[in-house]
Amino acid sequence: MTSSDWLCVILLPFTTTALAFPLGEFMAKVFNGSKTFLSPVIAPLERVLYRLFGVDEKEEMSWQTYALCLIIFNIIGIIIVFILQIIQGKLPLNPQKLGSVWWDTALNTAVSFGTNTNWQSYSGEQTMSHLTQMLGLTVQNFFSAAIGITVIIALIRGFVRKSSGSIGNFWVDLTRSILYVLIPLVMIWSLLLVSQGVVQTFSGSVTAQTLEGSRQTIAVGPVASQEAIKEIGTNGGGFFNANSAHPFENPTPLTDFLEILGLLLVPMALPFTLGAMLKNRRQGAAIFAAMLILYLAGLGVFAWSEMQGNPLLQKVGVINGLNMEGKEVRSGIINSVLFAQSTTATSCGAVNSMHDSMMPLSGLVLMFNMAIGEVIFGGVGTGLIGMLSYAMLTMFLAGLMIGRTPELMGKKLELFEMVMSVIIILSPAILLLLLSGIAVTTRAGLASLGNSGPHGLSEIIYAFASTSGNNGSAFAGLNANTVFYNLTTSGAMLVGRFSTIIPALAIAGSLANKKIVPASIATFPTTGLLFILMLIGVILVVGALTFFPVFTLGPLLEHLLMMTGKMF
Amino acid sequence: MKATKINIWQSRFIIPALKDSFKKLNPVVMARNPVMFVVELVTVITTLIVVSDIFTGKNILFNLQISLWLWFTIIFANFSEALAEGQGRAQADSLKKNRSESMAKRLLSGGGSEVISALKLRKEDIILLEDGNTIPGDGEVIEGTALIDESAITGESAPVIRESGGDRSGVTGGTRVLSGKIKVRITANPGESFLDQMINMVEGAKRRKTPNEKALNILLIALTIVFVVVVTTFKYFADYAGVSVSLSVLIALLVCLMPTTIGGLLPAIGIAGMDRLLRYNFIAMSGRAVEASGDVDIVLMDKTGTITLGNRMATEFIPVDNESENELISAAILSSLADDTPEGRSIVVLAKEKLGIHGSDIRAPEGAVFCPFSAETRMSGIDCSDRKIRKGSLEAIREFVAAKGSPISDEIQKIVNDISKEGSTPLLVAQNEKILGAIRLKDVLKEGISGRIAKLRQMGIKSVMITGDNPLTAATIAAEAGVDDFVAEAKPSTKLDLIRSYQSKGHLVAMIGDGTNDAPALAQADVAVAMNAGTQAAREAANIVDLDSNPTKLLDIVEIGKQILITRGALTTFSVANDVAKYFAIVPAIFIAQYPQLKALDIMHLTSPGSAVLSAVIFNALIIPLLIPLALRGVRYKPSGVSALLRRNLLIYGLGGLILPFIGIKLIDAIIALFKMA
Repeated sequence: MTSSDWLCVILLPFTTTALAFPLGEFMAKVFNGSKTFLSPVIAPLERVLYRLFGVDEKEEMSWQTYALCLIIFNIIGIIIVFILQIIQGKLPLNPQKLGSVWWDTALNTAVSFGTNTNWQSYSGEQTMSHLTQMLGLTVQNFFSAAIGITVIIALIRGFVRKSSGSIGNFWVDLTRSILYVLIPLVMIWSLLLVSQGVVQTFSGSVTAQTLEGSRQTIAVGPVASQEAIKEIGTNGGGFFNANSAHPFENPTPLTDFLEILGLLLVPMALPFTLGAMLKNRRQGAAIFAAMLILYLAGLGVFAWSEMQGNPLLQKVGVINGLNMEGKEVRSGIINSVLFAQSTTATSCGAVNSMHDSMMPLSGLVLMFNMAIGEVIFGGVGTGLIGMLSYAMLTMFLAGLMIGRTPELMGKKLELFEMVMSVIIILSPAILLLLLSGIAVTTRAGLASLGNSGPHGLSEIIYAFASTSGNNGSAFAGLNANTVFYNLTTSGAMLVGRFSTIIPALAIAGSLANKKIVPASIATFPTTGLLFILMLIGVILVVGALTFFPVFTLGPLLEHLLMMTGKMF
Repeated sequence: MKATKINIWQSRFIIPALKDSFKKLNPVVMARNPVMFVVELVTVITTLIVVSDIFTGKNILFNLQISLWLWFTIIFANFSEALAEGQGRAQADSLKKNRSESMAKRLLSGGGSEVISALKLRKEDIILLEDGNTIPGDGEVIEGTALIDESAITGESAPVIRESGGDRSGVTGGTRVLSGKIKVRITANPGESFLDQMINMVEGAKRRKTPNEKALNILLIALTIVFVVVVTTFKYFADYAGVSVSLSVLIALLVCLMPTTIGGLLPAIGIAGMDRLLRYNFIAMSGRAVEASGDVDIVLMDKTGTITLGNRMATEFIPVDNESENELISAAILSSLADDTPEGRSIVVLAKEKLGIHGSDIRAPEGAVFCPFSAETRMSGIDCSDRKIRKGSLEAIREFVAAKGSPISDEIQKIVNDISKEGSTPLLVAQNEKILGAIRLKDVLKEGISGRIAKLRQMGIKSVMITGDNPLTAATIAAEAGVDDFVAEAKPSTKLDLIRSYQSKGHLVAMIGDGTNDAPALAQADVAVAMNAGTQAAREAANIVDLDSNPTKLLDIVEIGKQILITRGALTTFSVANDVAKYFAIVPAIFIAQYPQLKALDIMHLTSPGSAVLSAVIFNALIIPLLIPLALRGVRYKPSGVSALLRRNLLIYGLGGLILPFIGIKLIDAIIALFKMA
């Protein structure tokens, strides 16, 4: 590793943490309805919007009402994106005269952007008009991220409130997430990116004369604005098919750093929001620490695996056997590793390298990040929801083992909470296994494979881990733009999303209704090292037990075969 | 108080339990336990495979062994439940023995009476009991007073007094009237008494799952679903990899991964908890209350009877105005000879001790007349020919001497004030117009109460003392006993209000009570322990009845409640941690022929693929009977810091559960290799 590699590896966690903490505190204020430094500018606009849509700012909702508003809003969004794609040929802002999108691709894309997954089975610049990109995709990038934030805020309120029948107002939370959190951050990021040369224009393409004398059409478009929300909202859907490996999306080392920073920022800030809203900042810090440890541990294994190199490449004379396939030479190994680890740990899914070409054990780390349910920072909002579900599971066991009926942060965990948190934790995993199982037994599933053997299995598992975890990054190698994959991944994305969000709101409603048990010396402190380690242990064990067989047959077997000289 | 433990490891318990284990194979019964039900389902499939093997003649030995061990797994699990039930039944029988054969004299509404079998008694029947009668059922004394031997139920040999009207009116079936004649109203139909309710809770089939058990069950079901999916899809992934896995190996893998250890032992843990309660002479009305007792963080205790012995005792004689101590003591004795109150007797005892007199050689002088304590005079004493001796409170004695023209001196006033300030009660002794001195009456703590309160504190439970005394007296006792808080000058409604206010702050409150006054508060408390000697109202409002009527036993309930939860948590952790080793045994075994590279995962170096699978299945089956003693006894609970407790349990059951199966499977594999069973 070079000294600039080290600089990035060390600088990144420190910078993001340093920015995440104040952002977390800021968000707590926003959602508690307190005044912030942005209030003088935004509050009037906020009031106008409420009046326009007839929202009563003071009205409180039960979890059922909250969930209903959310579902209707989200479904309508998905339908609009679907229709936009179908009729885009007849609409303006279509300089490349792109026709309507195939129904299955359109459905997949609508679901994908509506669920904050941004799985892209299509190639952006060749499929979507500027109007679809801006009015459909970018708008959903904001909304799907904002919805994630509203749900986690509602869940936090479940812990904060006592004997209360309500968990907040969906419309107010949604408006505030967008106005106070996402738009300001996106404005800053867009400007920073544009300053580094990220493209932002309405024209469709430019034609260039190459050195060889031939003519080349280069696609351009309103990239920077979509790029910023792509990271800030952990969406990950690139304007171009190559995503952040494309020089127009990610031109310089600074933009690379900024993009990793951007995609980590909000998920990292939310544990601090939890701490601030609970008025127990150590609790927020403990959850954050568990996430950070998992993130760094994965990063360590990942970097080690890449730096080991491939013995086969070594034989043909590559220095140290370092594998550069699929990586941008300008990024190098470590920046690719940092980006890939961050984008799979959070459910962003933007990529600056091709994950398919990583070493087998690296692929294992990436799949593990997604398969455990995107809880290592995770998606905007949904990551912390998953983590809190694991915390409930942890405290269920810990509570029993200290002889108390289980509780977390003063709230008793009973049958209802256990059912819901188990749904949150296990349904994406079950779905991932079932769909992968179907894919490997059907001709339609196997036909899309780019590689055979264990690597082919990894491609399938990765696709469903990515979609059921609402990550959206692709392993590449797999042709996902088929009716089979468009439909199965759509299903994975929908279930992955709503089996997290709806149970989380149900838990919020149930917890808000409960009393808060005051802490005593008989309460197990959920802010200490023992809790952090046990939480990590539970996540690793659940992940390992669920995926041991399939990871053995996929990446692990591929690694072992590679060591004996066999490649796929 | 004395725990009577029944040794379960005798053939008279084991043989019926074994029979029951087979009876419980009935799928309708098994369905109560979803985890084991799934195991039974797949085990039937393995049996069918064996049957088909008989015709094909392939693999029969291996499949037969797998199938047999899976059946053993289920039977071992059933055995644990049956054994716990047997223990509970035996425990209850020993309490119940005396009640069924007895006869009762029922009073007829039109006058007269009839003698009927105790089993025919109904609620609201009124029966007459006389010397030597066994009380046929739970009830309440409505007339008369009797001395009752409760040793059959409590093991306590000293008889107790039960009388109508007061807080000591409850009688329990199976106890015996030593002397006295009482009318008792029966309060429970046969089969509905507290004991019968308790017996229901140790019978698996009738037992209702407690809330926490239900929540844990959800977790176990979820794990089962996940593993069913994991194993089913595993077949297709293996097919993809070009390896065909046989159905019996898949089923073996599934059962090994499923949480069969905790799933199998879960009912036994709950029942055994109830058994332990019975052993401590508690009768619980619901499992929920027992679970909640592990969570209690505040306990309300009456001062009188719980913290103190209930009677003030003389602890010191303080002479005044240069009077000699001996003179004060003799006067005190004389004034107390006729005083039959506990205070009076304690004065005589202390005086004898001070004077070094043994036996009862103190007599009143000839011709003396006793003046017993009366509500008007508020004094007791003796009138001799030459003198009048009186003892009583400051006010009463002040009137007595004032009538003879002498005032209370400053010294006396000061002594009285000092005694009061220290939380004791002063009594003054006067002879004619002269005050001889004061007697200090003090509330005496029950033996060991401070230790128990300190232990409660270690468990994180705050103790609050409730008393009708003035704040000064209350504070002294509170400090001496070491309670965390106290409420003085409490009215009957204070307890209820206090419980409500604690509960509204999220606390879980336990309360011990016996009086009718306590009933509303008991009904409000999360864990309400009624003394068996208490009134019917109190017993009905409570969710746990203490047959020993010993208020300090709350600690035992809390410990039992915590033990049940800890045992569940520990075995769940253990069960899940076990899976890691089983994966390492079975997965490489399946693929090693096709992919020798996966030998790297075979860290146990097992003899052969067949032996690896079989060893895992055998380990999974054997671990259940090995853990039955633990499930029945409960994981040890020692009040200590929660973090230390968790660390310890995580180390033993988490880390231990991770490592132990590696060793166990390796050992079983070696034995299998030795006998060439696979």
